[in-house]
Amino acid sequence: MGVREIYGRSDYALIGELVEPHTRVLDLGCGEGLLLAWLKENKHVEARGVEMVSASVQKAIARGVSVYQGDLESALEDYPDKAFDYVILSQTLQETRHPLRVLRGMLRIGNQAIVAFPNFGHWSMRLNHLLTGRAPKTELFPHEWYDSPNIHFLTVHDFELLAQKEGWRIERRMYLSGHYQVTALPNLMAEVGVFMFSGA
Amino acid sequence: MITQAAIATFDNLELDCGITLAPVTCAYETYGTLNDDKSNAILVEHAFSGDAHAAGEGGWWSNMIGPGKGFDTNELFVICSNVLGGCRGTTGPGSINPATGCPWAMSFPAITISDMVRLQKKLIDHLGIARLLAVAGGSMGGMQALEWAVVYPEHVSAALPIATTTRHSAQQIAFNEVGRQAIMADPDWNEGNYYTGRPPARGLSVARMVGHITYMSDESMRQKFGRRVREGQNRFEVESYLHYRGSQFVDRFDANSYLYITRAMDSYDLTQRGALSTLFENIPTRFLVLSFTSDWLYPSYQSLEIVSALRSRNCDVAYCNLTSHYGHDAFLVEVDEQAELVRGFLASTLREARAIGTGHGRS
Repeated sequence: MGVREIYGRSDYALIGELVEPHTRVLDLGCGEGLLLAWLKENKHVEARGVEMVSASVQKAIARGVSVYQGDLESALEDYPDKAFDYVILSQTLQETRHPLRVLRGMLRIGNQAIVAFPNFGHWSMRLNHLLTGRAPKTELFPHEWYDSPNIHFLTVHDFELLAQKEGWRIERRMYLSGHYQVTALPNLMAEVGVFMFSGA
Repeated sequence: MITQAAIATFDNLELDCGITLAPVTCAYETYGTLNDDKSNAILVEHAFSGDAHAAGEGGWWSNMIGPGKGFDTNELFVICSNVLGGCRGTTGPGSINPATGCPWAMSFPAITISDMVRLQKKLIDHLGIARLLAVAGGSMGGMQALEWAVVYPEHVSAALPIATTTRHSAQQIAFNEVGRQAIMADPDWNEGNYYTGRPPARGLSVARMVGHITYMSDESMRQKFGRRVREGQNRFEVESYLHYRGSQFVDRFDANSYLYITRAMDSYDLTQRGALSTLFENIPTRFLVLSFTSDWLYPSYQSLEIVSALRSRNCDVAYCNLTSHYGHDAFLVEVDEQAELVRGFLASTLREARAIGTGHGRS
């Protein structure tokens, strides 16, 4: 099944579908605020973002999205409990220093958390590692090991296990390969996993 | 750009110190056109030494205000007034005390940032504007923008405090005190009674020189002057520059205003009225807070303090620490990125205000 795109991103389209209209949304690591601007325009949400890179923050604010320039891991601490309906972390979980702390923080300040992350279990990673014997470098993880922003590698299966351990309720799970949704063998076939979950 | 300069006179103004000034005049300028429902008005607040002439030829924020600029006068109606205690048309220590027929000089009552804002509120009421689209300002102007949001939250859709703080640090007070002492050490100051004689030009000029050092950064001074020597004068470029800025300042600024306004800045402390997070509770105003990387006079931690408190109450706040080597002056000179941010932020504020106005917005 093909998936729509928002600004060329299928994960944005999936997240866009998950978010109910007229809600409060926080996007952690929101970049130039494209997803938030789309949600504001199409879902009339109250949109907030956190982003580290000054140039991206400038673009987001110029776009009319209220973005705070700062480190997302410490930014989480300032917000009051359940300040948002959704807290989104798209393609950034693998870059955080303390992923579990981030995920727990998301559930503290939001009713629901939505994460999208590249699946380290995808067959291309496994094959690449097996055949080259080197740190995997694929289209999905294109960086050399020494200049990669990715510091934690997880698979969609890993995420399921963590959710189980933490007692989180996964309400939606969706898997992407290119612009297509994957239904069978997600840990092998999904390039990107998108999970919406809530706390225990 | 349609520009108007005017003076408004009010019967009286109650000051924080308990004294009532009567009457009070307020000099202001406007740029652009106020729309029919008076929903496009922006109040721009000048910094310590500014005046009502914000835009157009020689305006202190002319690069930010105008057609297509950060404050786009094609869309917006921009108002700027000289602050209370100033010397550029608004009542201050150089004005005539009606009781004596002489300049107030040092008998002028102590004024505060809140007093300045209360006078501005009278001006906005006088102009028939119920709700400002935004209040914006840098440095002391930023303090006033904060004050507006805290005291009149229902009358401001958005606040843009730039390169500012909720309270001066010891360092900021210290620099102001050096300026004040320079003025008062000048024999021409004469306890403030110089209006019929020679003004304390040397003292005021030294005060301004110190100010200018704090507005720049090590890097911007290195780039601008380095150790270059001015030909024939046997003097470093930086010395000539400071002398020039100092002497220029004397022609347009009143020494007693310097004393009163710096006191108002130093005594300002929003946190005295309660924890910031409590003051910002339920505030409906949107915020755009900006700081600059090389600003050591109003360092970004002071902006972050405001932003953290706003975020702790889940207020609508955008924050960016803009890269610049100009120091505190950046908000006046490093305008390209600032203008883009402000333009976009105001455009979205205007869109949302209109959506709410027409009933299409969220309840």
